[in-house]
Amino acid sequence: MAVRYNAMELMICAAARLLEDGRSVTVGTGVPCAAAMLAQRTTAPNLLIFFEAGGVAPLLPTMPISVGDSRTFHRGLMATSMADVMEACQRGMMDYAFLGGAQIDAYGNLNSTMIGQDYAKPKVRFPGSGGANDLASFCWRVIVVTNHDRRRFVEKVDFITTPGYLTGPGAREAAGLPAGCGPYRVITDLAVMGFDEATKRIKVLSLHPGVDRQQVEERTGFQLLWANPLDETPPPTDEALWILRQEVDPHRYLIGRC
Amino acid sequence: MTFPTATGRLFSDPSANAARQFFRTKPRTLRDKVMSVSDAVRALVHDGDYLAIGGFGADRIPTAAVHEIVRQRKQNLSFAGHTATHDFQILCAGNLTGRGQTLARVDVAYIVGLEARGLSPHARRVMESGTVECTEWTNYTLAVRLKAAAMGLPFLPCRSMLGTDTFRRSAAKVITCPFTGETLLALPALYPDVAIIHVHEADRFGNCRIRGTTVADLDLARAAKRVIITCERLIPNDEIRREPSLTLIPFFCVDAVCEVPFGSYPGNMPGEYFSDEEHLQLWLKMEEDEQQYRQFLDRYLFGPKDFNEYLQLCGGLERLRQLRAQELLLHQGR
Repeated sequence: MAVRYNAMELMICAAARLLEDGRSVTVGTGVPCAAAMLAQRTTAPNLLIFFEAGGVAPLLPTMPISVGDSRTFHRGLMATSMADVMEACQRGMMDYAFLGGAQIDAYGNLNSTMIGQDYAKPKVRFPGSGGANDLASFCWRVIVVTNHDRRRFVEKVDFITTPGYLTGPGAREAAGLPAGCGPYRVITDLAVMGFDEATKRIKVLSLHPGVDRQQVEERTGFQLLWANPLDETPPPTDEALWILRQEVDPHRYLIGRC
Repeated sequence: MTFPTATGRLFSDPSANAARQFFRTKPRTLRDKVMSVSDAVRALVHDGDYLAIGGFGADRIPTAAVHEIVRQRKQNLSFAGHTATHDFQILCAGNLTGRGQTLARVDVAYIVGLEARGLSPHARRVMESGTVECTEWTNYTLAVRLKAAAMGLPFLPCRSMLGTDTFRRSAAKVITCPFTGETLLALPALYPDVAIIHVHEADRFGNCRIRGTTVADLDLARAAKRVIITCERLIPNDEIRREPSLTLIPFFCVDAVCEVPFGSYPGNMPGEYFSDEEHLQLWLKMEEDEQQYRQFLDRYLFGPKDFNEYLQLCGGLERLRQLRAQELLLHQGR
């Protein structure tokens, strides 16, 4: 049977389905933005979209290249400051945030700062937190979208840039982070994962069509928990694919990468 | 209860009293501040200064002034890396081997990358060499540090960064709320020596208008000891007085006003022109090889005597016309 969609399209559709109508989300460029645009055109028409540089409720004509470019407030309801958006998050008004990173561990802690053991002379220097640490500290449900490979899914990240559940249950609250929030889902090219209530470790919830358990284990550097029963990620609907290809990413900037 | 401590170094003085002594001497009169970019940078950016730049990423950035800092070989600067992308990339050109060291210390929130465009090979080489000292923060916490300074305070609390290595490598402190007993992060005020901000319109005295998102620039203009404004257009003071509610940065914060049309190029300027993605890609490509990058810089950065010559090299009016059409979505039939 011919495959109707690629891995990127599946990831974007899976991310879009997580966004409930009437909720708020802070998005970055790339997959998160495509997911929010798709959700707004399908299952979540009343989704309130924020960009961290100050764009509020834009009607996105094309996908932004920067989290602060003029598309991020195109026909929006407000163009404000970064602090104003972040403070809405700190007040508890942001339901979802999308993040990524160079490394992620079993507790959903993210590294986007450096690879290596010597902070003063890193083997690889990455950008740093940007707004990621702030969003992961404040937003109710953090969704991570990333490729699934062993270099990325590691037992211990070289640097905790952005908090997941830190060292496990209660650690966020003990550090002083607002209670009741944290990583919610991790979407990769292989699976959709959540976090186990008791241990706060990553738990595989569904495998994408055609993916088996062993593939996921081979591409993960730590012990995974598995949901029972283990679901299959629903494939994208024809409608979602049509909107994604015609309206959200007509130039295939994102979906053409696969 | 003992709190974890952070090991990063504070690169600026958070004292509100010291800042007050400075601001006491800052002129309050309406005077003509219009000058060239090279004169403004020569007069107001000094070796060893703490520098902060407005905008976000490659959006509404004062490119001409950043070029000038590197051309004038300013040395030993501290820098607020507050989603700094193309501006950071340009400053790193001042850290080429044998050409001195423009950047010496960086408060990091976001550096080295150009968002969806990828990582800058040269900025990575500079930051991986161990020659630039870093302290880690986040986009919001740097904004809060500027806000504390704009308020005339030594610190502000916030609830970010707790529990992470970002905190451990910062210069923040963990405190207890005196009212609720909750654990909070205390962020030291950031009073930069000099800030450079690109705006849409300003009058000769430095009253400024910005369209679109303001990022952290309103606090930055108030927090910094000296402020250079570059603007797309000078407008008459009469126009400012006609609608004072549009003034977002007041003249008494500002020390120099430089008119630089297309001044955010190759970045985006809301309502004016979109970013030149081809030129930004060329910059990234040239950086891959250091020898090639030196030649590129000789041609595009050190060669031109001013920003207009740079714009000419990059395609001049015809290219800018295309970018304006793109910004206004004219190609979509609007």
